[in-house]
Amino acid sequence: MNLILLFIGAALVNNFVLVKFLGICAFLGVSKKVDTALGMGAAVTFVMGIASLCTYLVYEFILTPLGLEYLYNLAFILVIASLVQLVEMVIQKMSPSLYSALGVYLPLITTNCAVLGVAVLNMQKDYTLIQSVVNSLGAAIGFTLAMLLMAGIRERVEDNDVIPAFKGLPLVLMIAGFMALAFAGFQNLIPNI
Amino acid sequence: MSHLGERLKAGIIKDNPTFVQVLGMCPTLAVTTSAINAIGMGLSVTAVLICSNLVISLLRNFIPTKIRIPAYIVVIASFVTVIEFLLKAYVPSLYSSLGLFIPLIVVNCIILGRAEAYASRHKPLDSMCDGLGMGLGFTVSLTVIGCIRELLGVGTLFGLSVMPSFYPPATVMILAPGAFFTLAILMAVLNSIKAKKEWGD
Repeated sequence: MNLILLFIGAALVNNFVLVKFLGICAFLGVSKKVDTALGMGAAVTFVMGIASLCTYLVYEFILTPLGLEYLYNLAFILVIASLVQLVEMVIQKMSPSLYSALGVYLPLITTNCAVLGVAVLNMQKDYTLIQSVVNSLGAAIGFTLAMLLMAGIRERVEDNDVIPAFKGLPLVLMIAGFMALAFAGFQNLIPNI
Repeated sequence: MSHLGERLKAGIIKDNPTFVQVLGMCPTLAVTTSAINAIGMGLSVTAVLICSNLVISLLRNFIPTKIRIPAYIVVIASFVTVIEFLLKAYVPSLYSSLGLFIPLIVVNCIILGRAEAYASRHKPLDSMCDGLGMGLGFTVSLTVIGCIRELLGVGTLFGLSVMPSFYPPATVMILAPGAFFTLAILMAVLNSIKAKKEWGD
């Protein structure tokens, strides 16, 4: 039950993009089309799940026994960067079709702050292994949801006649603002989380 | 000295990292709930940027091209860890209000972007000037957004109350939606100024 609450909390109540402002670059950059948004969301979900597992193991079994907790930032970013490389190579060999779908997004994920952010959050909140993975998957689903909603809206407003000054990024930011207002409605969904 | 001036102008106005290059959006939106947080974040990024630009520029002839990105990340992450300790020790209140976004300076695209675009092919002194210029540009943009949000959302500026007492604070401005709206309107204003200038020419 607690795990379900944790999942919903990470996906909706504390939505990574619209409430916590993590992964905004990807959210603004690759949300022009629903297909690409879905591809990016899937790639992030995949990497976030594995990254939270690996960073937990590295923190718990390498950094803590050696008393090197303060190097967590350096260790996590290296784990994530090499993981992304590894995942890219594995997918390329094992499943060329999946690679052609996700391939272009994978290198972008290294500098996606949502991935490092979730790893640091899991560590700061002292989550167990299962809690960490559930929290990361919830966050990743929330990220994908926000990306998909944004891409759907952008496809519709693309050809609309807007005030020239608001064309492009300002319009996208306005839409994001209204989406954030809507997501603020989830705030009281779960008490004390 | 003229070179420093040129880099500063490029960082603050011509290539402003926030409004022109649209980099580092996560901290821009997240920590600008008050002017003081915005300045704290801006100066921390400036410090990391100057140090990492210097070190990367010194090492630019030794880092193999193929593994340059991981090498840059290690340099940046080391300086971020140093800054994290300094903030924790000397300004604990700022440290706790910036929270998660201090370790996340590592993945701020401005820093990696400057390492790749400038420090990897310029002399150490020039790279430091570039870091200072870009960092100050980021600080200025963050502070402007922070001031607007704090003024409208709480009615204060740097913690001092400035709005008349009958002004009802619009709390939404310091919440997530307010961040998006403020940035959207600032960018629209800059767009229209730019359009007018081009039309005038």
